[in-house]
Amino acid sequence: MNRTFCICGDPISDQPRKSDMFTAFETPTFADAPAFRLPYGRTTKARADFYGGAKLAKAEHPDRTLWVAHLEAIRDKRDEKAFADIFQHFAPRVKGFLMKSGASAELAEECTQDVMATLWRKAHLFDPTRASVSTWIFTIARNRKIDLLRKQRRPEPEDLTWGPEAAPDQTDVLTLQQDTKRLGEALAALPEKQRSLIERAYFGDLTHSEIAGETGLPLGTIKSRIRLALDRLRHTMK
Amino acid sequence: MKMDMNVIKHHLTDALLMGYSAGTLPEAFNLVVATHISLCDECRAQMHTFDALGGEVMEMSEIAALSPDSLMVTLALIRQDSADAVPICKPAPSNGIFPAPLRDYAGGDLDAVKWRKIGGGVSQAILKTDKGASARLLRIPAGTAVPGHGHRGTELTLVLQGAFYDEADRFGKGDIEVANEDMVHTPIAEEGMDCICLAATDAPLRFSALIPRIAQPFLRI
Repeated sequence: MNRTFCICGDPISDQPRKSDMFTAFETPTFADAPAFRLPYGRTTKARADFYGGAKLAKAEHPDRTLWVAHLEAIRDKRDEKAFADIFQHFAPRVKGFLMKSGASAELAEECTQDVMATLWRKAHLFDPTRASVSTWIFTIARNRKIDLLRKQRRPEPEDLTWGPEAAPDQTDVLTLQQDTKRLGEALAALPEKQRSLIERAYFGDLTHSEIAGETGLPLGTIKSRIRLALDRLRHTMK
Repeated sequence: MKMDMNVIKHHLTDALLMGYSAGTLPEAFNLVVATHISLCDECRAQMHTFDALGGEVMEMSEIAALSPDSLMVTLALIRQDSADAVPICKPAPSNGIFPAPLRDYAGGDLDAVKWRKIGGGVSQAILKTDKGASARLLRIPAGTAVPGHGHRGTELTLVLQGAFYDEADRFGKGDIEVANEDMVHTPIAEEGMDCICLAATDAPLRFSALIPRIAQPFLRI
């Protein structure tokens, strides 16, 4: 079954290669790997500047779907180059998240390597109709955080994806990736104080009784998309 | 877990789902949340949504410099794996009353529970969880009332079999009641079948809530 993902072509390869973030980061095995750096910044403007206005409209949401394609390459071809690209983008963020959550630099480093290795091992469990790659990596990092920092078990809901699995509906995949990207942009656009409260909830600076759940973000769209994907899944399982 | 998804009327609050996603709930609450989500696609979708928000928070947060050999070490880890990879088997969904996460804690399905009478015909079984909140299974005989009580903290009650009703509403299979200290109620199990519930409360170890004043205008606390 060909699950290769190429809805948006390859809009990034003609960008100047930059890897300033990882100049200290030698990866001799992948010296010939395309060393692109995606414009995930703090602001939507940074992303728009990177792509250029017209280009952004033409190559809609290349970043999210590219990560999905990378994860599928890991799953189907055990592609180490795709893994290295995902690692270079996400590992520093996972480590930052764990340190913000109270881990020492040393523990966060070890834990980050473990999280990224888990991504490799569990690539076959990734469902792009229910999560973008950033979402999925967050859940792996969160679970490691509970293990290591809180020394707790985390009860997980019963899994739906058992038995023969249907190929994901590509429209479901694309729309969820787009919605998640928009959520990121809406989060970036929130007033600082409001965003900081949400961040504190996820870094574990608020107790459960201090979390209000009201975010002022457009979460309803994503929820209805996932709801549809779940309905489809239940339908195919019948 | 086979059940009619349409009958669930009472859902988890966004605050609980966000806390579950952030990983900040006490273990007993996580258990109730995971058990409810196993029965409720509506809340499952909302959980994925709050996970997406967590992903975006992580995406935007400050990056930390990795150690220089970080990627090489991780690659060594995964290459070592590939040599002795084991196929992963997923557990089949349960056919009993308890969804998988609850079965883990109860040591099996309903027939494995060791009940203790607590008076008025009501029985309970404490489930072992971390401190911060406690979880128990409750069995209320059909038609029996649980004595009226208030709550010092937050109490979550999830119906697994039968139904109860109280001053607020009727709660059937899969429904969850989230009660706080404002609520005083007298739950009564419906006629016909014993009512089995999973309940969790953080009352014994409730800390004073220090909600920042600044949060109130937009969090609608």
